Amino acid sequence: MPRRQDISSVLIIGSGPIVIGQACEFDYSGTQACRVLREEGLRVILLNSNPATIMTDPEIADATYIEPITVEFLEKVIAKERPDALLPTMGGQTALNVAVEAAVAGVLEKYGVEMIGANLEAIRKAEDRQLFLEAMKNAGLEMPRGGFVESYEAGLAMVEQIGFPAILRPSFTLGGSGGNTAYDLEDYKEKLRLALNTSPIHRVLVEESVIGWKEYELEVMRDRKDNVTIICSIENFDPMGVHTGDSITCAPAQTLTDREYHKMRDAAIKIMREIGVETGGSNVQFAQNPDDGRLLVIEMNPRVSRSSALASKATGFPIAKMATKLAIGSTLEEIPNDITRETPASFEPTIDYVVVKFPRWDFPKFKGAEDLLGVQMKSVGEAMAFGRTFKEAIQKSIRSLEIDRYGFGADGEDRYDYLRLSAEEETAAVEETRDRLTRRTSTSLFDIYDGLKLGLKIEEIVEIAGYDLWFLDQLSQIAEMEELLRNNPPTLLQRVGAHHSQVLAGVDQGSADLAGANSNGVPQPSIDARDLLYSAKQYGFSDRQLGVIWETTEDEVRALRKDLGLTPVYKTVDTCAAEFAAYTPYHYSTYEAENESIRSDRKKVIILGGGPNRIGQGIEFDYCSVHAVQALRELDYEVIMINCNPETVSTDYDTTDKLYFEPLTFEDVMNVVEHEKPEGVIVTFGGQTPLKLAKRLEGAGVRILGTPSEGIDLAEDRKRFGDLITQLHIPAPAWGTAVSEDQAVEVAERVGYPVLVRPSYVLGGRAMEICYTSESIRRYMQAATAVSPDHPVLIDHFLEKAFEFDVDAVADGERAVIGGVMQHIEEAGVHSGDSSSVLPPYNITREQYEILVDYTKKLAKALNVCGLINVQFAMQRGIVYVLEVNPRASRSVPFVSKATGVPLAKIAAQVMAGKRLKSFDLKDMALQIGHVALKESVFPFHKFPRSSMFLGPEMRSTGEVMGIDHSTGLAVVKARIASANRLPTTGTLFATLSDADKRPRIAETLRGFFDLGFRILATDGTSRFLNEHGIPNTRILKIVEGTPNVLDYIRDGEVDLVINTPAGEIAREDEKRMGAISMEYMIPFITTASAAAAALSGIKSIVEDNELQVCSIQEWYAR
Amino acid sequence: MINDRPTAKLVLENGQVITGRAFGATDHEALGEVVFNTSITGYQEILTDPSYFGQIVTFTYPHQGNVGVNRFDVESKCIHAAGMIVREMSRIRSNWRSEESLESYLRDQNVLGIEGVDTRMLVCTLREEGAMRGIISAIELDEEKLLERARAIPSMKGADLTSYVTTEEAYEWQPRDKSGYLLDIRGNTKQKFHVAVLDYGVKHNILERLSAYGCRLTVLPGSTPSEEVLALDPDGIFVSNGPGDPDAVNYAIENLKELIGKKPIFGICLGHQLLALALGAKTYKLKFGHHGANHPVQQTSNGMNEITSQNHGFAVDIDSMNDLPVELTHVNLNDNTVEGFRHKELPLFCVQYHPEAGPGPHDADYLFKDFIEMMKRERTREGTPPIVAETTS
Repeated sequence: MPRRQDISSVLIIGSGPIVIGQACEFDYSGTQACRVLREEGLRVILLNSNPATIMTDPEIADATYIEPITVEFLEKVIAKERPDALLPTMGGQTALNVAVEAAVAGVLEKYGVEMIGANLEAIRKAEDRQLFLEAMKNAGLEMPRGGFVESYEAGLAMVEQIGFPAILRPSFTLGGSGGNTAYDLEDYKEKLRLALNTSPIHRVLVEESVIGWKEYELEVMRDRKDNVTIICSIENFDPMGVHTGDSITCAPAQTLTDREYHKMRDAAIKIMREIGVETGGSNVQFAQNPDDGRLLVIEMNPRVSRSSALASKATGFPIAKMATKLAIGSTLEEIPNDITRETPASFEPTIDYVVVKFPRWDFPKFKGAEDLLGVQMKSVGEAMAFGRTFKEAIQKSIRSLEIDRYGFGADGEDRYDYLRLSAEEETAAVEETRDRLTRRTSTSLFDIYDGLKLGLKIEEIVEIAGYDLWFLDQLSQIAEMEELLRNNPPTLLQRVGAHHSQVLAGVDQGSADLAGANSNGVPQPSIDARDLLYSAKQYGFSDRQLGVIWETTEDEVRALRKDLGLTPVYKTVDTCAAEFAAYTPYHYSTYEAENESIRSDRKKVIILGGGPNRIGQGIEFDYCSVHAVQALRELDYEVIMINCNPETVSTDYDTTDKLYFEPLTFEDVMNVVEHEKPEGVIVTFGGQTPLKLAKRLEGAGVRILGTPSEGIDLAEDRKRFGDLITQLHIPAPAWGTAVSEDQAVEVAERVGYPVLVRPSYVLGGRAMEICYTSESIRRYMQAATAVSPDHPVLIDHFLEKAFEFDVDAVADGERAVIGGVMQHIEEAGVHSGDSSSVLPPYNITREQYEILVDYTKKLAKALNVCGLINVQFAMQRGIVYVLEVNPRASRSVPFVSKATGVPLAKIAAQVMAGKRLKSFDLKDMALQIGHVALKESVFPFHKFPRSSMFLGPEMRSTGEVMGIDHSTGLAVVKARIASANRLPTTGTLFATLSDADKRPRIAETLRGFFDLGFRILATDGTSRFLNEHGIPNTRILKIVEGTPNVLDYIRDGEVDLVINTPAGEIAREDEKRMGAISMEYMIPFITTASAAAAALSGIKSIVEDNELQVCSIQEWYAR
Repeated sequence: MINDRPTAKLVLENGQVITGRAFGATDHEALGEVVFNTSITGYQEILTDPSYFGQIVTFTYPHQGNVGVNRFDVESKCIHAAGMIVREMSRIRSNWRSEESLESYLRDQNVLGIEGVDTRMLVCTLREEGAMRGIISAIELDEEKLLERARAIPSMKGADLTSYVTTEEAYEWQPRDKSGYLLDIRGNTKQKFHVAVLDYGVKHNILERLSAYGCRLTVLPGSTPSEEVLALDPDGIFVSNGPGDPDAVNYAIENLKELIGKKPIFGICLGHQLLALALGAKTYKLKFGHHGANHPVQQTSNGMNEITSQNHGFAVDIDSMNDLPVELTHVNLNDNTVEGFRHKELPLFCVQYHPEAGPGPHDADYLFKDFIEMMKRERTREGTPPIVAETTS
């Protein structure tokens, strides 16, 4: 069956901004889908509000709409483009939801658009719990017992059917709050009442508890001939109870017999058919009782997912690409397997390695949020690693995470110093560890390490924490190897190195059920250095860990390793366990006999990716890395990518000439560099991750392409940078550095309060704060030493009430061209990654603009920048100050490129490879460009309900959206809608302003709202301020003054917009409560005066323009 | 890797030497044809599959032994594989169905394994150079001596190995599993058909599936003369899988010539090859065979695909079937080799792969139902048998 000929254009919906639970994986799937459809000669129309994606590059689709993903905008795009079909399965839950809404609203029918990949009925069956339950019954499959109850009596009846423990989940509560587990009837009665009261619709899901059961996922494909295949099985290291996104997972499943696995496979196939997913990929989640094998279906997603991205990277089988081909009518056997070429895609991949995915959390960013994992996903990114054994893969995954851990313990970062604990300390440590093992947190894996080191048996840990014994035995083997290594340091080893015995005796076998083992616990003197080190490397130990264990340096270990001739080999990810020859150079390292990665004689460049997503470093850097790859491939380089983030486009083997899926540590990168011998390595596109490696790589003789490290150092060394800008006559806020509390206070007094304090060398404003008093500086210093003890704390005078600007430019050492100038909506002090920014600037004179351009060019020249440069400026009372210079790709590069149509990152990469800027047709960005683009940030506050919503110098946003239109106002409106903060055009506004904000400017803003017909509510001080300015308002009580206060008004649905500018540095308790309740009732919550002004201009635009228009970026660029 | 298992060597006939550590019956040696299997699960089924007689199996998935062994996941009474080559042998077992560790199971049955092997490298060698003879030993570590002995192992080509694995005496099959956890696909348990099974090394799961579909089974030694088979007056005859070169099993080929057309016949794997030979087709040795649980097979009648479990080193020559009264029913999508055919006039069909799984997917379970349908039709003497009925799901 060749592809359908009745479809000639397809609309794809992206997943919008990066949020917790929906990250780059949908850029990966969406980009693949667009490429496939265009290769098939179809016209592709794309809707996605996220500018920081590869899929929204103008050449990926025929018409790219960076517009809000809502039914309203979807309909406008459909009306304009009239696509034949809509593919809703590539953009996560966001795309699926909006497609369903559009179908239900009759939009698809109205315009004759066919939903392909999954139809409305299938989506509903999969998503509606009741329908899904019925479908599973039809298929003869079991689900956890339970159901929804809406009364106390019904709840009691329900629990009789399911027994204890029972899980209670109130419907529609913020962040899934109010969920509980009941262990007996009395307990249940109380918790049921509470749950019913917590749910705004008085409805509770009562379910049989499957916490602690084994958890599995299968990735399934189906074509329109009804062929169903399984791409990958995944077993969660963390049993049921922790969200899959927060679980360490492993592919393939490790602890199933063939019969169990195939029982699951049969079930997945039945589910695919029963739900009626016509074509494409889905994933099915199962829970299995570890005691009797009872198998329950948990859920299925009738679309590609985070897991399918993981499965694609883990197996080499590109699920999204195949799903797209199937959606337009091809069948599996018609599609060749990319990797083997000669065999078809209608098989099931089999793998001969282990893949481990490890989530990355950013709890410290959200003060007040508890580091506790459960059914709601909290992680912001993930790393994946390959190994030939689980031991190797898990250790590699840990060092891929960049959390300053270099393996499963023994890396100098352990909680306890096991070798030096006193008896009492040890007893206490055992108790603490036992306690910690009862909970799942971001450090649970290391709690297991502590347990093993403190002498807990693996069976005891299983008893307390519920992991599978097999995984714990693997971990235990790592810990045992650590002991063997410690008892056989290299000096001893080298002396006996001549023996060359292959077999090493003497591991303490611990409690393991090792048949035939005669453990003697004493290391034999005949251990050969090479054998031992080889074994350690096979167990995944990093040179860094070995350095800690042997009390020497990583470099020494590296030298020893190379002396002994121990370097990794690279194996191929080939979907077929080497049964067929592979043509795709997709590799991972291991320590074994045969290397499969053959170095070519082409000129080559290695690009280092950004590693796992985290707050402050996400998809923007993957975008830049991918652009660098594309640009250098155009120049006929063999481009080699090293990265470890499975969600990304950069780790799609289709993106690069050669892909090494490896941790981004010095050791792992250097191994690839020594194997490939590239002309140079690019470190400036992947964010801080590769940049941190630059110095060491250079020290090891690696050529770093682009800006010389001298320039990077000049920009980052505050002292040298200070001297430079004085020389260039560029103003900057007064500053100083401090290593002690007293010194910090001294500096602050010299530069003048308020001050911005932060550790050196950080991205995303980690541990950055604005201090107004010496007390708060002291408090900061007391806490800050832990952040980066090697570097002093930087203290800058903070420019209050200043406008902030971001400039992105590209330079070739001689010239610099301005790519984009953005003005932030929030005043200086809000992290640039969190603030909304407008391109071109909305409030600046031509002269001021020229100054920004001039300063940027001077800085680029002085730093000898070759490639990208980002400069942050602040303007206070008409004076432009430089705040920061980063001679590397910045977070704003993709936004600038989408707003202007200039592929900055690509140009920069070619410049770094030696091309001159004058060979491009490039001009500085003009102050007027015919349209306005606004970037708005998206925050995960609803996942961290106890964390403050007020913006500050610490970055906390996970993603961004772009609004693009003729005016700033319209761009604001679109960006607000796209970030799910739609502005009201009428209604009631509640305002409470800090004293510092009670200025004429905000009064004018509020008068604007009043003139538009808004009723204004205000608390005491703000009310008086408004009265002074003659703005009618109604005074209401503060929360502390009693009821009815703003909380009551919000609950009664009487507030449509909140403007609350926080007082001073710490948000007061009532402000936090206000923020939380606004979030719960989904009321737009504005926290800065300038954002309020922007909102006003937006609302005015809607009122005046009435209807918002959609326009593709290709059209904007052509204007 | 470090543990106190003794050093072992694997020497291949091409002179390649791989050092690792011995597990299982370390005081025994393993000699045979080295092949690889790409299935991630199912080591117990693979090791006990009589078709692996005389073969040392390289498991491509690195972790083996994780789930131990149990009394249900066997394909015969004992291990038939000559040896086991793995990357890592689990030192514990973790599964609710587990009754014993794989390592002690191997030891009890005198089977030697070697771990710590770069199995991927070995697979690449076998893929390029073809399956080859090899020896594993922890007793003798002299590479020259081992090489000599490896080269002295008789070749698979021309080897009739069925006599080593067939039943000595006829017996009635007693369904094994009462636990209810085995195959999800439950057939009719009422015994309606009597099937004579010609055992050349039959896998238990074939017998399980046939009995699940309502067959009473008389398992006969492979050498049972045709008249004795017909004397049982069975409703159908099943020709089993088994080890070795089909072309060398002359007695079976001659016997089958006598049986074809007399009773409905269904054959699997070696049975399929023997039936082809009996009808006049030819077989040949594949370079490294098909051993795994992920092979795509297409039904020629309706274009449906199935993922299949495979284990064979020989195949039926597709060109040699041209002038025969047979019709190709199944084809391998990876290399277009013959996966199944039926007789155009007579009630006979067979497949090269393993619809009974054990280990592997259950996609082709419908073939057992087809066999039942064929016997039903023959009993009532109506119409010609369509081989491929609707897919069971």
